[in-house]
Amino acid sequence: MDTFLFLIVPYLCLAVFVVGHYWRWTYDKFGWTTRSSQLYENRLLRWGSPLFHFGLLGVIGGHVVGLVVPKGWTEAIGVSEGIYHFLAVSLGGLAGVATVVGLVILVYRRRTVGPVFMATTKMDKLMYVFLAAVILLGMWNTVASSVFGHYDYREGVSVWFRGIFTFRPDPALMSEAPLGFQLHALVAFALFALWPFTRLVHVFSAPLGYITRPYIVYRSRDEDREGTRAPKRGWEKASR
Amino acid sequence: MKVMAQMAMVMNLDKCIGCHTCSVTCKQAWTNRAGTEYVWFNNVETRPGLGYPRGYEDQEKWQGGWKLGKNGKLTLKAGGRWKKLANIFSNPKLPSIDDYYEPWTYDYETLLNAPAQKHFPVARPISLISGKPMNVSWSANWDDNLGGSHENASRDVMLKGITDKVKLEFEQTFMFYLPRICEHCLNPSCAASCPSGAIYKRAEDGIVLVDQDKCRGWRMCVSGCPYKKVYFNHKTGKAEKCTFCYPRIEVGIPTVCSETCVGRLRYIGLVLYDADRVLEAASVEDDQDLYEAQRNVFLDPSDPAVQRAAELAGIPGDWVEAAKRSPVYALINRYKVALPLHPEYRTMPMVWYIPPLSPVVDVIADTGHDAEDKGNLFAAIDTLRIPVEYLANLFTAGDTKPVDAVLKKLAAMRSYMRDINLGRDPDESIPESVGMDGETLYDMFRLLAIAKYDERYVIPTAHAEQAHALEELATECSLDYEGGPGMMGESGPFGEGSGELTPVAVENFQMLKQRQTSDTISGTEKKGRVNLLNWDGKGSPRGLFPKKGKEDDH
Ligand code: SF4
Ligand code: SF4
Repeated sequence: MDTFLFLIVPYLCLAVFVVGHYWRWTYDKFGWTTRSSQLYENRLLRWGSPLFHFGLLGVIGGHVVGLVVPKGWTEAIGVSEGIYHFLAVSLGGLAGVATVVGLVILVYRRRTVGPVFMATTKMDKLMYVFLAAVILLGMWNTVASSVFGHYDYREGVSVWFRGIFTFRPDPALMSEAPLGFQLHALVAFALFALWPFTRLVHVFSAPLGYITRPYIVYRSRDEDREGTRAPKRGWEKASR
Repeated sequence: MKVMAQMAMVMNLDKCIGCHTCSVTCKQAWTNRAGTEYVWFNNVETRPGLGYPRGYEDQEKWQGGWKLGKNGKLTLKAGGRWKKLANIFSNPKLPSIDDYYEPWTYDYETLLNAPAQKHFPVARPISLISGKPMNVSWSANWDDNLGGSHENASRDVMLKGITDKVKLEFEQTFMFYLPRICEHCLNPSCAASCPSGAIYKRAEDGIVLVDQDKCRGWRMCVSGCPYKKVYFNHKTGKAEKCTFCYPRIEVGIPTVCSETCVGRLRYIGLVLYDADRVLEAASVEDDQDLYEAQRNVFLDPSDPAVQRAAELAGIPGDWVEAAKRSPVYALINRYKVALPLHPEYRTMPMVWYIPPLSPVVDVIADTGHDAEDKGNLFAAIDTLRIPVEYLANLFTAGDTKPVDAVLKKLAAMRSYMRDINLGRDPDESIPESVGMDGETLYDMFRLLAIAKYDERYVIPTAHAEQAHALEELATECSLDYEGGPGMMGESGPFGEGSGELTPVAVENFQMLKQRQTSDTISGTEKKGRVNLLNWDGKGSPRGLFPKKGKEDDH
């Protein structure tokens, strides 16, 4: 059972994630958008959206540190267990609260503002359920592990997670983890599988190129866009 | 010198009768789809008035366009790249649907299904945004013909500084119509605001387009454009804007709005310009110098040096020829009667306007004096500061001198031509008084009054060897994407416009298919359906009117 849940399911979900994105990018670039509803309603969005998104960016940063950086590394640079735990809970908690508050505002808005609700697809609703579940389970884990006894996920979940990418996953590490962590991981992987088929794809179009590109974009035929037909007779290109 | 070609337009406001034909035909061609109900690529607003979207010219509020930074460098008024990214989750300057208007339809069902009853059944307006019954309280031209001007026109930001002088009482005020499309700017702030780099200027003809496959719906272009001519399609989640009807332009026929203009007041032609000097011109210090600065960026196509540089830049010979015959270049630089709309936004707009003389003429006529007499007209232009100042706020960042000069040229043309029409000897002192000679003034009259179709629209076709490349560009950038004009996805798994496609109307579907498959430009010979988008206005294609009597079917 553990092998299935914590070995097969993650790989399946990641495969769907990768192939799904490839498929979506190839066949549905037009559908690749944030599908903003700001035009319909701005007052709630003005607060909810930045809270949620910036909070989530913090949360993702925290996960990168917690999951990807091995415990030995932070200890090597002199961050003790106590300091690490304090930082994780305080900063993580702050980002988490911002995310949850943002999420609540956004979900409330989605449900109560008529036009926004009308523009919500079935896929959106499904995605919201999983997204909310992941976030709430994550919050619960943070709270629970500091209130009722401490589980060091950096020696369990994190090692397992890194194992997935080095192809040496150890499902046993997960079966020892508290139920909250198990569920959080499973729902997260389910969300990864849903990802390419929802509006979440907009995460991958974070427009970082904007910082460096020239302001005005010119486009024209250049050599490799010149078309597949040979040029017709009668017109010579001016040489430079 | 880096020569580039720009497709540009001039509108002669004196002739606009405010009939909205241009808006309607444009809408039928481009924005008759779900998600774009509120969108008018072409709109006609009554001035003084608020315009559409309401009060869009108040850049202190909307922060559109460019501004000159302290260091003399041009920056986006709404903030630079980092600020844009920081605001990406909620654009603080995005107009809401109420600033445009809430689009609606009517509950026709009740009319059709009403049983026999004592009272007439009523079709109530239903919002196309929320699907609920609504009270219609604003639209794209709610203040048409100064309707509600006490409340609305007085809030026109262009009246700032002259409010106390303008009488908005119905009989005493002046008014005119201002048709607006996207300006296809030389320095487009919409493109500069786009985080994804999806908005681009076509290097061949300067038309500014949104790549529908690259747009991610960040909405920064909507607020970045000071003319508010980029719109957010709320069904597909993508930005859309006027395309200058590029599929028509490429085959040498004018845009739909120009083709159908009742007043025949639109001119389309090429302008050659020096791309290396655009930024410098857009950065001149004084707002009031921008008009001159932009005019100086344009190159004279009859100058051999320019022709050589154009050839080196790969501009085809027939394009240079067309640039020489361009009515737009003539009105802007030869006769100097066309002015840019809001040069102070520093986007270097490319749809220019001949300001209307008629408000002045009307005032003289009302007083019972001769409204075609040069002396009367000149005196009126000088004393009627209000229309002149207002026009200057629109076209020259408040500098009345160029507006004055243009109005006097138009007035001179009026009185000079009256003598000729009445068979009197033309009075050569009239053109002299506005710094022209009789022949030039006559040529200008010809262009403004009686120019034929092929003089008003001088549009060189895209080259055959370019055509395929343009086609490829088109398939990636145009509005004929799935869910574009003519196609509209039912709500697919990823939202409107994704997934399986169903044509919303067989009419549109046929139109699109015909355009894609036909070899001829007019493509009207099939199935008796008429594609207005391709119709060149000549003759009446079969299928435009129902058949008379018997005619063999095919
Ligand atoms: S007028 Fe057109 S080209 Fe100019 S900034 Fe606005 S949308 Fe862009
Ligand atoms: S069709 Fe011509 S005359 Fe009529 S509103 Fe449009 S620009 Fe003016």
